[in-house]
Amino acid sequence: MLEVINIHKTYEGQLLLEGISFTVTPGETVCLLGPSGSGKSTLLRIIAGLEEAEEGRVYWERENITDVPPHRRRMGMVFQDYALFPHLTVAENVAFGLRMQGWSPQDQQERVREVLELVRLTGFEARRVTDLSGGEQQRVALARALAPRPRVLMLDEPLGALDRALREELLEELREILRSSDVAAIYVTHDQEEAAAIADRVLILHGGRIVRQGTPYEVWSDPGSLWVAQFLGVGNILIGKWRPGTDSSLLETELGVFPLACSHSHRYGELVGALLRPSAVVESPGGPIRSRVTDVLFQREHFKVCLENGLCAFLSRPPGVGEVITLRLTAPLQCLGPAPAGSKGGGIR
Amino acid sequence: MANPPPKRRAGEGAVSLLALPATLFLTVFFVLPLARILLYALDGRLLLQADTWGRVGRALGFTVYQAALSTLLTLVVGMPLAFLFARYKFPGKTLWRALLAIPFMLPTVVVAAGFNAFLGDRGWLNLTLMRWLGLGAPPVRFTGTLVAILVAHIFYNTTLVVRLLAHALEHLDPHLEQAARVLGADGGKVLRHITLPLLRPSLLAATALVFLFDFTSFGVILLLGGPTFATLEVEIYIQGMHLLNLPLAALLSVVQLLCTVALSFLYSRFLPRIVTPFSLRPAEANIRSPRRWGEKLFLAAMLVLLVALFLVPMASVPFRSVARLEAARGERGEVRYGLTIDYYQELFLNRRSSLFYVPPLAAARNSLLYALATVLLSMALGTPAAIALARRGQVVRTLDALFMLPLGASAVTLGLGFLMVFRRAVTSPWLVPLAHTLIALPLVIRTLQPALASIPPRLREASRVLGASPWRAWWTVEWPILWRASLAAATFAFTVSLGEFGATLLLARPEYPTLPIAIYRFLSQPGGLNYGQAMAMTTILMAFTSGGVLLIERLRLPGSSQF
Repeated sequence: MLEVINIHKTYEGQLLLEGISFTVTPGETVCLLGPSGSGKSTLLRIIAGLEEAEEGRVYWERENITDVPPHRRRMGMVFQDYALFPHLTVAENVAFGLRMQGWSPQDQQERVREVLELVRLTGFEARRVTDLSGGEQQRVALARALAPRPRVLMLDEPLGALDRALREELLEELREILRSSDVAAIYVTHDQEEAAAIADRVLILHGGRIVRQGTPYEVWSDPGSLWVAQFLGVGNILIGKWRPGTDSSLLETELGVFPLACSHSHRYGELVGALLRPSAVVESPGGPIRSRVTDVLFQREHFKVCLENGLCAFLSRPPGVGEVITLRLTAPLQCLGPAPAGSKGGGIR
Repeated sequence: MANPPPKRRAGEGAVSLLALPATLFLTVFFVLPLARILLYALDGRLLLQADTWGRVGRALGFTVYQAALSTLLTLVVGMPLAFLFARYKFPGKTLWRALLAIPFMLPTVVVAAGFNAFLGDRGWLNLTLMRWLGLGAPPVRFTGTLVAILVAHIFYNTTLVVRLLAHALEHLDPHLEQAARVLGADGGKVLRHITLPLLRPSLLAATALVFLFDFTSFGVILLLGGPTFATLEVEIYIQGMHLLNLPLAALLSVVQLLCTVALSFLYSRFLPRIVTPFSLRPAEANIRSPRRWGEKLFLAAMLVLLVALFLVPMASVPFRSVARLEAARGERGEVRYGLTIDYYQELFLNRRSSLFYVPPLAAARNSLLYALATVLLSMALGTPAAIALARRGQVVRTLDALFMLPLGASAVTLGLGFLMVFRRAVTSPWLVPLAHTLIALPLVIRTLQPALASIPPRLREASRVLGASPWRAWWTVEWPILWRASLAAATFAFTVSLGEFGATLLLARPEYPTLPIAIYRFLSQPGGLNYGQAMAMTTILMAFTSGGVLLIERLRLPGSSQF
């Protein structure tokens, strides 16, 4: 089990990581998700030993490896630009780690065959890596990292350089490979779709801290904070004043007063953020929300309808643009906790 | 379907005509002399003598030996320095970068004088030691040894190695080395399995170039080694000028030319095949301050090396030119040690008042006139040629190779060819600037041509469409690029002419010496005064050349090379 404890790191005088702690167990894929510049890659490089943290420790199976140099950590790393050795063939690239760790030539050959089969590149052994397509290079990079059976496999935006169609195809393959190889994996990305698809557990990084973690389902169904809800784009955000109600709390917003599902305790009139899922709204004559339609977009199982007041809703019937419709909520708003002064609400992207 | 061959654009013939003057010049002053050398060398009696081949073999053998040894040592010194510049931040780095541009362009006499002033029998190290220890003879023997030749060659070409390798290292993707480390390679293995193999093309290019320069080196060997170290170049000079055995000199020239052509061919033939792709932007992430003890020690050692190898020899010259450390010739009794400006004052006098002895100031004037003539000639020939080459016509492409040819011939060979062809004109002072033009022309063309080619025709068209008159379009688009390149090319020609030694030694008439020739003469004269004057002249020459080099560096198109 990999344990990362209380990592602090400053970069050019600015605090980049501020007390990051988490664990990864073999067979588990943990996804570090955050906007660019949130320090995800730096955290990965600290775990690999390529950078030093000012504070904090890294343990593998209870052994402190914080001061172990990268070449003795037995970790695997897939870089965004693949970093394949241009002077070596596919097989030589994949065998590099085995050679450095002193495997016998027969074992090397056997293992190279095995991993190339795993990434479906059998027959590519003698090819020059510079002649391969982006997707093929990506697979060689993965095979090279997996070959020496690393304790932890780290992937730094591994699909970032590929186009959309190829990315989806490879993502599927990557899921299978990670599942079958039973390795502890850390996957860094800024793409939520990727994170949701591949992660057993998602850690969301913001301002140098982990602001939310859990299974993709837990995180998406309950973002827990205004920032995470906005970053994930899970629904409409409403900002309003908290009020106690008879059955549940209430939120007083510009659009009206709505019931609020809330497990926190708030002061009367405190500024609170709330999530209104676009699926939690139906058309209803005389409903409390009334606005003009500005855009209608067909999205396979529903129509995404955006309104002048900034909300978006998933409806089963397409209204005309310019038409005034009335809506009501089918579920209470989901509380996202206190909103900093000046926070703005808004519809989903 | 294959594209039809592009129609010859109208006016290409006219553009090719621009290359005509340069072509004619090269035919008369390069091809003809070479042909004459070849004819001289094909002397039946000479070729059948067993003794001839023994001499050629000995000279060739020693040339290869010293060049190989020099190249090896240059790589040993240059590689760690390249790592220093490519990987570490350290105080004064920008200044060192600028300073390192100078040695490669310094005239050979300046380099020879520099090492002489530092380590020679009358250099400050020996004289200081003699004075302190009360010795009668200089304790450090440097001039006249193979070591002197090797050290001067290292001084010259280390810059080249550092430039080529540091550039490659800076542009290496840092993730490659990191990937190797994560995969279990320690520092040494990363270097052996990743970094060095990826540097191989640059390393080979550097090795080939350095070997070529060491192979054709003349001034350094004559001035620091003396005539006992007979390389092909020195042997050509001695046979041609001292023993007047022109056929043997010609044969040696042919052998040398064949060698350089073969080397250049191998270089251009094998280089394109072993190119590994590099990222275009320098990887800033690679460059950092030294942190660990080992790194700091490395930095300190390299800085000491830089100071000892580059700064001290160069600083020795101006220092020695204002310091009296030994008795003047004929001076008796107490020697007055200390600072002096005598050596500079002496430059204006002709103490010998002999016919062949001109005051050093006259040599400076000759140098200046020759350099100006070289600038005018090479710019007048080179500019139209560069314009023609920049248009990339079919006819012109073949000329491109011709224009670069003089670079492959050594200066002494060029001088020898001139002597053979223009025997009757040998009294004319014009031979020297003509020979200098021959050497400067390829450099002028190579400086102008990329700048001209870099002017995108679209830019000119765009400015025309936007309403600029042809004159205005030229003024706003082409002139800003052109003047920099022209000034750089002119400075190049000027600097080359000012410092040229090999051809000038063969061609300069005794009463019209240039500064380098005067320095050579004064260095080989006994007496503190002569030595001091040589130092004073070297200081002046050094100042001019360094200024020129730094100007060229400033004028280089931004982004062309970072070093």
